[in-house]
Amino acid sequence: MTPQQMVEKALELSTADGCVVLADEQSTANLRFAGNTLTTNGVARSSRLTVISVAGQGVGVVSRAAVRPDQLADVVAAADAAARDARPAEDARELVSGAPASPSWDEPVPPTGIDVFADFAPALGEAFSAAASGGRKLYGFAEHTLTSTFLGSSAGLRLRHDQPTGRLELNAKSEDLKRSAWTGVATRDFTDVDVAALDSGLARRLDWAKTRVDLPAGRYETLLPPTAVADLMVYLFWSAGARDAVDGRSVFARPGGGTRVGEQLATVPVTLSSDPAADGIACSPFVTAHSSGRQSSVFDNGLPLSSTDWIREGRLEALLQTRYSAELSGLPVTPAIDNLIMKGPGEGRSLDDMIASTKHGLLLTCLWYIREVDPQTLLLTGLTRDGVYLVEHGEVVGEVNNFRFNESPVDLLGRLSEVGGARQTLAREWGDYFTRTVMPAVRVPDFNMSTVSQAS
Amino acid sequence: MRQIDSDFLALPLRRLADAALQRARDLGAEHADFRLERVRAETLSLYDARLEGASDADDLGYAVRVVKGGTWGFAAGIELTPEAAALVAEQAVRVAQVSAPINREPIELAPEPVHADATWVSSYEVDPFEVPQADKVALLADWSAGLLKGADHVSARLLQVKEQKFYADTAGTTTTQQRVRIHPSLNAMKASESGFDDMSTIAPPVGRGYEYLTGTGWDWRTELEALPLHLAEKLAAPSVEAGDYDLVVDPSNLWLTIHESIGHATELDRALGYEAAYAGTSFATFDQLGELVYGSPSMNVTGDRTVEHGLASVGYDDEGVLGQSFDIVRDGVLVGYQLDRRMALMKGLGRSNGCAFADSPGHTPIQRMANVSLQPAPGGPDTEELIAGVERGLFIVGDKSWSIDMQRYNFQFTGQRAYRISHGKLAGQVRDFAYQATTTDFWQSMEAVGGPQTYVLGGAFNCGKGQPGQVAPVSHGCPSALFRNVRILNTVQEGGK
Repeated sequence: MTPQQMVEKALELSTADGCVVLADEQSTANLRFAGNTLTTNGVARSSRLTVISVAGQGVGVVSRAAVRPDQLADVVAAADAAARDARPAEDARELVSGAPASPSWDEPVPPTGIDVFADFAPALGEAFSAAASGGRKLYGFAEHTLTSTFLGSSAGLRLRHDQPTGRLELNAKSEDLKRSAWTGVATRDFTDVDVAALDSGLARRLDWAKTRVDLPAGRYETLLPPTAVADLMVYLFWSAGARDAVDGRSVFARPGGGTRVGEQLATVPVTLSSDPAADGIACSPFVTAHSSGRQSSVFDNGLPLSSTDWIREGRLEALLQTRYSAELSGLPVTPAIDNLIMKGPGEGRSLDDMIASTKHGLLLTCLWYIREVDPQTLLLTGLTRDGVYLVEHGEVVGEVNNFRFNESPVDLLGRLSEVGGARQTLAREWGDYFTRTVMPAVRVPDFNMSTVSQAS
Repeated sequence: MRQIDSDFLALPLRRLADAALQRARDLGAEHADFRLERVRAETLSLYDARLEGASDADDLGYAVRVVKGGTWGFAAGIELTPEAAALVAEQAVRVAQVSAPINREPIELAPEPVHADATWVSSYEVDPFEVPQADKVALLADWSAGLLKGADHVSARLLQVKEQKFYADTAGTTTTQQRVRIHPSLNAMKASESGFDDMSTIAPPVGRGYEYLTGTGWDWRTELEALPLHLAEKLAAPSVEAGDYDLVVDPSNLWLTIHESIGHATELDRALGYEAAYAGTSFATFDQLGELVYGSPSMNVTGDRTVEHGLASVGYDDEGVLGQSFDIVRDGVLVGYQLDRRMALMKGLGRSNGCAFADSPGHTPIQRMANVSLQPAPGGPDTEELIAGVERGLFIVGDKSWSIDMQRYNFQFTGQRAYRISHGKLAGQVRDFAYQATTTDFWQSMEAVGGPQTYVLGGAFNCGKGQPGQVAPVSHGCPSALFRNVRILNTVQEGGK
């Protein structure tokens, strides 16, 4: 049976008051390499059927992989029974209805496979040879995934989304592994990935690192490139749930009650937004929720998503909502969207321009091992990685040791002194889970480097 | 002892394996292995004693891994027919062919005795998937309601996993295994005039069944009764004064420091650079084996995949290697790494010590962590005796925030609570603390480890590593331990306030 037929049959079989069925079909291919040679690779296919049954205010969710047609009745019966046994769900709402069926609903599922790398793998092999002759070792990972999601409901929804997701992470190191540089790109199909050009950019950075300057911990004027900004803003985004803010347990809670929506967070007029139709980073235009949680509700499955400003001109505009949390907070229903865009007044200003206008400061490559220290302020800790460079009078003059930082992205928004032009980037740490970002480089006058890390 | 579920054994395990391995042989593979897995996971989340979310999901599929022409090839599929399994084997060979241009190191594997028709089941009494969801929700709701008397909000979670694996390879090994793990946790949060704070239970995740919630392996009543008191004391506590302190670290906190600064640092794939672009490398490079002074002479660390109720315990790993115990640090010196078959042979270390693991049928096995544990001192002190030896210090309990650099040098940890130690006695909680150190400095500052009576097996369900990302469960046992002159930060000051 096709996934569409599985959805229809499951809806037919359910005897609950309401039912939502999600069918996810995924295929993926990957190559991993280290020290100019392959380490692991693979192709895989998976399918998952999630049945969400509603009985009164109760809900039952059963999700099974590789369901065969003869197992379908058992899966649906288990979800129906769980719904009937369940305590009332606090987020229970009418199932979403009224959205027109996706035009591509009946089309077959497009797979990906190892041949997506048919041109890329030889190019990577040539890059290995070039790197070896240049005294460099290349490490990294290339992955391509196609996920097709079918959402059907007893309220009449028939929605489909096909999501291609690809990324290349490339890390170059000197022969002695003491110098390291990294770059990453998000791609929909690998046809736009120029691995030779990426390697060449990394070679330039390894050259910068031939001069070493040791600096102590302290606060430094710091240029954060788009990938580092992406990691910080993605964490801020994940922490922007309305429910936690209403309950007074997040940085977006107003002391004494309520949320900080409406408050000016940044002095520079930056806008943080999501848009399912954004060029190059398009994502699902409707809510898919396989389970309910702090920021999701299975009852919201199929809600249409549209362009949303989370921060507009520096002012907090919206938080991540379900219909339930929107009622609690008295704010509009603004569910999470799977991409993130930050823009400021510096369109046209490249990172090179920002380096050129720096008298004395640090240029980061990326951040790593970012973890929350204090939810009240969203204080995060983490490390710099794969190149911290000293900029003097507009030029990179050498590489500096790595640091551990302690900073809050919310606090940083209020201290930005410059925001450059935005471009598509891949978050170094969160790119595994959140691939679609457009971010600027930013300048922070006093970034807190808490201690020196000996890692190179 | 529990048996492997009959519905898993009823799957066409051997027929699929035979079809896949034969096709791989026919296509000229030097080695092939077949792994069929079913992993079932149920998560229950309650908020303020009401059910917030429930998910009951499984993953079922199989994988074929080949070495063809000295290059790996891996493919995974889901259709449970011999014809489909043979096609997946063909895909694995095709992956090896496409990958050959970028492979410069021929793959060979360390030999392993054949384990024919071996079975293994972890030690548990009650299968959590046989307990009605309503009963589990009722218990968590009851516990939550108790905590709400002393908190503004309470969240509760129960994670339950059953993992079933069938493995066969062209050498003749065939293993069938089943293990169960469970992790209940509760968190109480309360606001005060100075902000809000929270406190979580410190009961570790374990390789046990539902009996863990009903009186076996943990005293829930005592912990839940004390939690609101701990939280109230924390909310009223002064902010810590930054500086150098002696630390007595409880096992509920120290397990995570062991995980990050020893467990990951002694994974040989990291030391050899295979994780260099992602999880990172290790300061404990291979050339220092047998020489690196990792810590004080009281530091003895083992890796094992055999301890009862350990989250990384198995009968056989995902390359068909028997689960083993081995030394990693002896008398403070690095003496061993965690291995898989390829690396064991490549570095001349003989047999693999059985640390290959894949978290799902769709992922290839990579070297993952054994239960890496700090050994207690026979006849050693209890926690109170360690505290008695400190003039000015902190006693740290429970894990919370953690971060460490990509070579495992520089780390920073917080905890659920910290008590000031003054003249050998506890003197109330402090807030806003984090300890920060370099790995070898920290372990070399360990003056004493507690005795077996302080030893607890901690751990986590979700250790992340590899690309594509994989999560692995792992336990870490340790006693309480005393460290001298460790840097303590005030996290409010760190945030510039």
